Amino acid sequence: MTEVKSNNGNKQRTIYICQGTGCVSGKAFEITEALKKAVAEQGLQGVNTDFTGCHGFCEQGPVAIVEPEGIFYACVTVADVPEIVDSHLRDGKPVERLFYKDPVSGEAIPHHKDIKFYNMQQRIILRNCGRLNPERIEDYMATGGYESLKKCLKEMTPEQVIEEVKRSGLRGRGGAGFPTGMKWEFLRNAVGEPKYMICNADEGDPGAFMDRSTMEGDPHTVLEGMIIAAYATGSSEGYIYIRAEYPLAVKRVRLAIQQSEEKGFLGDNIMDSDFSFQLHVKEGAGAFVCGEETALMASIEGKRGMPRSRPPFPATSGLWGKPSNINNVKSLATVPVIIARGADWYSSIGTEKSKGTCVFALTGKIANSGLIEVPMGIPLREIIYEIGGGIPGNKNFKAVQTGGPSGGCLPESYLDQSVDYESLAAAGSMMGSGGMVVLDEETCMIDIARYFLSFTQAESCGKCVPCRVGTKQMLDILERICRGEGRHEDIDLLQELGKQITAGSLCQLGQTAPNPVLTTLRYFRDEYEAHINENRCPALFCANLISFYILPDKCQGCGICLRNCPTEAIVGDKRMVHVINQEKCVKCGTCLEVCPERFSAVVKVSAEEVDVPSEPIPVTAEKPQTST
Amino acid sequence: MEVKELKEKVKQVLQKYQLDESVLVDILHDIQAECGYLPKEVLEETSRGLGVPLSRIYSVATFFKAFSLEPRGRHLIHVCTGTACHVRGTVKVLEKMEQALGIKTGETTSDLKFTLETVNCVGACALGPMVIIGENYHGEMTPETVGPVLENYN
Ligand SMILES: Cc1cc2nc3c(=O)[nH]c(=O)nc-3n(C[C@H](O)[C@H](O)[C@H](O)COP(=O)(O)O)c2cc1C
Ligand code: FES
Repeated sequence: MTEVKSNNGNKQRTIYICQGTGCVSGKAFEITEALKKAVAEQGLQGVNTDFTGCHGFCEQGPVAIVEPEGIFYACVTVADVPEIVDSHLRDGKPVERLFYKDPVSGEAIPHHKDIKFYNMQQRIILRNCGRLNPERIEDYMATGGYESLKKCLKEMTPEQVIEEVKRSGLRGRGGAGFPTGMKWEFLRNAVGEPKYMICNADEGDPGAFMDRSTMEGDPHTVLEGMIIAAYATGSSEGYIYIRAEYPLAVKRVRLAIQQSEEKGFLGDNIMDSDFSFQLHVKEGAGAFVCGEETALMASIEGKRGMPRSRPPFPATSGLWGKPSNINNVKSLATVPVIIARGADWYSSIGTEKSKGTCVFALTGKIANSGLIEVPMGIPLREIIYEIGGGIPGNKNFKAVQTGGPSGGCLPESYLDQSVDYESLAAAGSMMGSGGMVVLDEETCMIDIARYFLSFTQAESCGKCVPCRVGTKQMLDILERICRGEGRHEDIDLLQELGKQITAGSLCQLGQTAPNPVLTTLRYFRDEYEAHINENRCPALFCANLISFYILPDKCQGCGICLRNCPTEAIVGDKRMVHVINQEKCVKCGTCLEVCPERFSAVVKVSAEEVDVPSEPIPVTAEKPQTST
Repeated sequence: MEVKELKEKVKQVLQKYQLDESVLVDILHDIQAECGYLPKEVLEETSRGLGVPLSRIYSVATFFKAFSLEPRGRHLIHVCTGTACHVRGTVKVLEKMEQALGIKTGETTSDLKFTLETVNCVGACALGPMVIIGENYHGEMTPETVGPVLENYN
């Protein structure tokens, strides 16, 4: 079945190793080197070793694809290299052991295109990610890259480009979803020179990596989109503002700019036209608020990255007071495709108001973590259960969080919601820039709300009072609820504070900061009430509200828990039922983790008393039947 | 490092740029890469070289999380506290890390070997909890793997 026709040395084969950050952390560099060495040692003709950016299927990393067959290898290690080289690259027989196994059916799937994670996606922005070497402009050009730029410069006026983008229905992928074509028109019509075009690659949402993967996997798409945007808006200078935490993206974008300049796609008189555009990279320095457009511009100017009130909007007064426009990485990466395939084609994808596709970084308690691109309007359920493969470990779904710290948590009843700007906003969450974190029954919703609040609180720049002081107050309340010291009035207080902060903050950081709290209050109020009224954490997560007990009818006195307890809170002896000293216990859960599964003697409870002896007693439990 | 040597470094860094205020963040990045942190003398020198008041330099240096005004360890540990890593149990990894190093987050060990910091997502969420030490990414960390991972660094 999986036998590939004999190669006899005359068939060209390329093995592409993913070198996205996820796979690199799984030793992708070492694997590439080992492959190169082994191929050279064997003297294999017609076999190339190359690398790509992120494939998106990070969960299975490091991954490799052998073209032209499209064989997909998952979880590759350096030790697998000899077998891949001997069996597949030399003898044409793919290594079945390394095929991806469907988590539901257990079936081994050899081809990339047959894997559900991929074949349910529709890749426009990510079309090249994982398919070409991001450090070679020629690869990008071979897929039709920079043809859209050429078409704009030779056949279209800037107004026509703007019209096309407007007609496509493209909306900003940075969060707010403002129509991109309209923003470009504002800048085009703005008075003042020079005009600046800025790409927002700050990707501040903690738990999202769409923009990074796009820049690492296909940097030229972003550049081409940006150059087209500059042409359309009449900008002569541009900046790509990249998070400092993304060194690989910085490196690849810098290299791409250099290559693009050499080819004459950037710089003076681009493609012999009278349009010139200079592009610079600016590195951020670790401040979430710098993703906000006015703060981002302040930061480029070398100031503290603090937002200011709008109006004036950037189109009238932006960078150094000049007319400017900011677009997200994904908004720009879409533009070359819209120009190439036309506005009608693009607007045929998606819903009435949300056109095209959206990219999500699907993470958390989900089987297939990774990067996905789906048409707007797809139900959440399909993303989580079909593409994402559901919740691992037989756990139950609890909520899905979108929009990062500005977004909200949606419960199971929303799983059939369509994913688009309007539906998510109506449910109290938001599209955001593409983080999608799946939470299961073991996630405490108060802890999640507390987590996001502690994030926004720490990232608040401190300029306006509602955000600086208000988020601190909300955080204090959430912390005391998690500690089991919640008060009856806390729920109302949180709601009231949330309203005030939303209404009174200067920028959207503060305006949206209460969202994680307000949505969890809306959909998981019972969890708040359990914490406050019953001192109970339904997810068995909050340390102050849970206890661990060793069941006397199960404990065999093996002593593993006693040896592993970091605080020496467990007493016991050989063949004696062990007992946890609740005073000393720090609720770390180590005993539960190490207790052998066949005994399963440790239980975790919240607001529940378990009948256990106060001191070790002789073991009475029968030895469980073991097969070994 | 000697003060004189530091001043020389600043000079070299400044020479790379066309000097105006907008390059301040880039310069601070470069200095930090050279010195490991932002020593006071260096910032004073930068202020003179750029013609920007020292207060402005401090206002920027203290705003951004990436900059440190204190010496840092040879190995910089970044424990990811992004959302994905959080739900996968970063909190316990961080606790174990603090315990193993005997320092709190944001501090440096007295032998200047390790500095422990947190970061909000490094974009490898699928492999969380992530810990980055220097340039090495360590995925799927648990409290149990903290010790063995730290042993690789000296
Ligand atoms: C606190 C805060 C953080 C933001 N972070 C980002 C970000 O990381 N990336 C991004 O593209 N937009 C971010 N935005 C939105 C930008 O202000 C801006 O709306 C966006 O870059 C516009 O691009 P678009 O029209 O292509 O969506 C953020 C906004 C706020 C208030
Ligand atoms: S949340 Fe830790 S790498 Fe993204």
